[in-house]
Amino acid sequence: MAHSYTPGLTVTEQTVIHRRRMLPLPGKVLVLVGDRVQSDQVVARAELPGKVFPINLANQLSVTPGEMKGYLTKREGDAVAKDEILAENNPLIKWFKTEIRSPVSGRIESISSVTGQVLLREPPRLLELSAYVDGTITETIPQQGVVVQTTCSLVQGIFGIGGETSGDIVIAVTAPDEPLMPNHLTPAMKGKVVVGGSFLSAETMKQAKAVGVAGLVVGGIHDEDLRALLGYDLGVAITGTEQVGFTLILTEGFGTIPMAAKTFKLLSSHVGRKASISGATQIRAGVIRPEIIIPQLEGQARTAIQSQREGISLGDPVRIIRDPMFGRIGEVSALPPELTKIPTESEVRVLEVRFADGKTVVIPRTNIEVIEGA
Amino acid sequence: MTIHESSEVNHPLNVIVATDCGSTTTKAILIEKVGDEYRQTYRGEAPTTVEAPFEDVTRGVLNAIAEIEELSGRKILDGDKIITPCLNDKTGVDIYISTSSAGGGLQMMVTGVVQNMTGESAQRAALGAGAIVIDVLAANDGRLPHEKIERIRSMRPDMILMAGGTDGGAVNHVVEMAEYVAAAEPRPRFGVTYKLPLIYAGNKEAQPQVRRILEEKSALVVTENIRPVLERENLAPARNKIHDLFLEHVMQQAPGYKKLMEMAGAPIMPTPAAVGLIMEAIAKREHLSLIGVDIGGATTDVFSVFDGVFNRTVSANLGMSYSVSNVLAEAGLANIMRWVPFTIDEQTLRNRIKNKMIRPTTIPQTLDELQIEQAIAREALRLALIHHKALATGLKGVQQERTISDVFAQQASGQSLIDMLKLDLIVGSGGILSHAPRRIQSMLMMVDAYEPMGCTRLSVDSIFMMPHLGVLSTINEKAATDVFVRDCMVYLGTCVAPIGQGKDGELCADYRMTMPDGRTIDGQLKFGELKLFPLEAEQKATIKIQPPKGVSMGAGSGVAVTKEVHGGVVGLLLDGRGRPLKLPAEQQARVASLTKWFDAVGLYPTP
Repeated sequence: MAHSYTPGLTVTEQTVIHRRRMLPLPGKVLVLVGDRVQSDQVVARAELPGKVFPINLANQLSVTPGEMKGYLTKREGDAVAKDEILAENNPLIKWFKTEIRSPVSGRIESISSVTGQVLLREPPRLLELSAYVDGTITETIPQQGVVVQTTCSLVQGIFGIGGETSGDIVIAVTAPDEPLMPNHLTPAMKGKVVVGGSFLSAETMKQAKAVGVAGLVVGGIHDEDLRALLGYDLGVAITGTEQVGFTLILTEGFGTIPMAAKTFKLLSSHVGRKASISGATQIRAGVIRPEIIIPQLEGQARTAIQSQREGISLGDPVRIIRDPMFGRIGEVSALPPELTKIPTESEVRVLEVRFADGKTVVIPRTNIEVIEGA
Repeated sequence: MTIHESSEVNHPLNVIVATDCGSTTTKAILIEKVGDEYRQTYRGEAPTTVEAPFEDVTRGVLNAIAEIEELSGRKILDGDKIITPCLNDKTGVDIYISTSSAGGGLQMMVTGVVQNMTGESAQRAALGAGAIVIDVLAANDGRLPHEKIERIRSMRPDMILMAGGTDGGAVNHVVEMAEYVAAAEPRPRFGVTYKLPLIYAGNKEAQPQVRRILEEKSALVVTENIRPVLERENLAPARNKIHDLFLEHVMQQAPGYKKLMEMAGAPIMPTPAAVGLIMEAIAKREHLSLIGVDIGGATTDVFSVFDGVFNRTVSANLGMSYSVSNVLAEAGLANIMRWVPFTIDEQTLRNRIKNKMIRPTTIPQTLDELQIEQAIAREALRLALIHHKALATGLKGVQQERTISDVFAQQASGQSLIDMLKLDLIVGSGGILSHAPRRIQSMLMMVDAYEPMGCTRLSVDSIFMMPHLGVLSTINEKAATDVFVRDCMVYLGTCVAPIGQGKDGELCADYRMTMPDGRTIDGQLKFGELKLFPLEAEQKATIKIQPPKGVSMGAGSGVAVTKEVHGGVVGLLLDGRGRPLKLPAEQQARVASLTKWFDAVGLYPTP
């Protein structure tokens, strides 16, 4: 019965990660395998086709689509400037003249003799893809993107908002159970990744925006404050595109929850180092968790051992991820194989968790997660 | 190959292993031939592994099957392979089959000309095939052309279905829509390099133009018009094409699915399509009108069969784990709280719901957590039925012949087909209903959410195996029916609910029940009362209900009704809470009412 457990979040001092950087549409890759790249370096570029503007010229000229051709001053593929004439008629009396001008600059994509529709397309927009982390290119996928490899310390969060950014790590609190208060945030923290403790209030978020921090990493927040920050109630956890002024990463969940000691200690040991962070979270259709990546300095990197966890065993460090003991951390002290009745009367597989103070509790196996990278 | 064709299986099918790869968990069941009949014997489950770090759906499948191995003592796996066929009594299975809704299911975009005619037909075709419809575009949907194009660009569907126009009608609008789609150059959700599958099922006169415009830019498939004439829908050809393309294109792109398809002995079906097959089969076999619901982690599917017409809708963002927070956003906190028999502050509840969203595989451990989860389920079920009613309608835009008798009761075309008074059976499925610790909890969740009127039978999928049986029915009808009747369908009982309202304690109805042993029970049902009478699954009772004036059992105000009602593992539920169901607005009174009802039927363990 070792299979029904939730894979946990990784918090590890040293690992090798690969980040696949893919263009949303075919373009050009600008780097080669083996190149060293910086997080803000552009590694691939694509031209995003411009916006399309349809105009029904036949209607506007009051002719049938079949007759429209005779009135056009442009052909398919021609470039047009804004306000340039696309079509006109030549009436006997000048007053009745109709000229149809282009609403945008761009190119004529197509002219339909069935519907009378002319499609104009704006010039393409340049889309640049950055490396996101400092590292080495290990693979290039022609026209599509690259794979960047880096040896780093890695902290996965449980939930985040906001996109990719980077900054130096600053610890603003003295202990993992101390909430991050507005007065912890100083102007010197502009552009930095600020690590707090157990909780982040709405006032602190306001102050973070004012200071201009790049990112905030804390144990928990209240859902109400998140709603106030976003301006709407988040229904489905697909995030990463929010523009709230900073990237926010929760390591534990919603509520006031002390940051796991291991996470706090790891981040504390990297104060002043550059971290690449992303708040992008997607809990459905391919889990993406927010992450803090601290690349190792060159020369420091040792060979990391990658282990694939196959199940849960005695002594594994675990976090309880459901009330009534949400957020508590302990280790597995027993793995009874039989189904056990819990207070809801459900019969489920359980395990026993021992806390640091020696007390033990019985928890459904699905309600714990293994702290990975231990 | 279409999904409806039976697959060739040359050896006898005595042992079958089936999985459903859901968005949260992969559920495996073992079916064995015991004597002359097929029975479901063991089950196992494991987290679905479409995601990192595994990114291979077959890992979850193998883990779930490994659980069955441990429980049954049968050796099914040889490394990463399933041993087929059976080698002996304790080794191998004869076939492996699967359904899937993992990775967000099949996401489609549909287009039509008139939104509530061909747009809706296209939507029904896609939904019936098991898809989630992420948008419906139509010539008259109120969006400007450039907005439509932007919308198509920004969405990344797995597939597009284009409909529009009756055969021989005007081609203009259909071609216009094809031009928009071509201009938007839509890209599929998975994979950068492959062409987006697109099905054209509109006016056949426009086929050449549509081919010219879209053939280069998409993997175009042309099929029969889904609305050849206004008065008739022809959804089957488009649905079959959707299934084919789902297997040929979409499945090939999702992580591990290629391997899964090789492992399976029959085509993999989208979960809702498989459940739909089962629901349709029940309605047909027993000549019933029914509503079926499958409430999952991410979505809630509603199926209905009324007057032989099958409909399915999916509420893509109503579910109990991934989408739980969206139930709160759509229903509102007050609507959820009205079902919770204690008080809890808003902040705590909101945080708890969000924590479930970010850790979707957790289960309630305490009674109050269970009660909150079941309160949310009631709202998810209620909202999903509202969505369903709006789409399960007659065809709109159809000319109606009227006579003088219609002067006082003219009805527009396109009325909802869902008539709670005609409803014979409610079938519930999905984790929260199938795995409720007490069956009465499933029954009351459905009664509270759907407010059945008159006499309505309720049942539940015992351990969530309808998807498995749906796909099994395509290869072995007998095995599917055997297991369905004996192990899957659990009849809960019948709900008897008079229509009308009154003050608590006032008379709602007089009743006389003749029980199977000939005993009669006479009594009065008061407003604000719930009464539960045991009546076993195979048994029937006759009930005569005499409502007072102003209250109806469906035959008219004050008219007595006599019905034969079926029992079940819960029994006969007399619901005097009135229809529509209204709960006290004031908090203390509401908690008192809930506590009274819950105690009356033994809903939860008492401390």
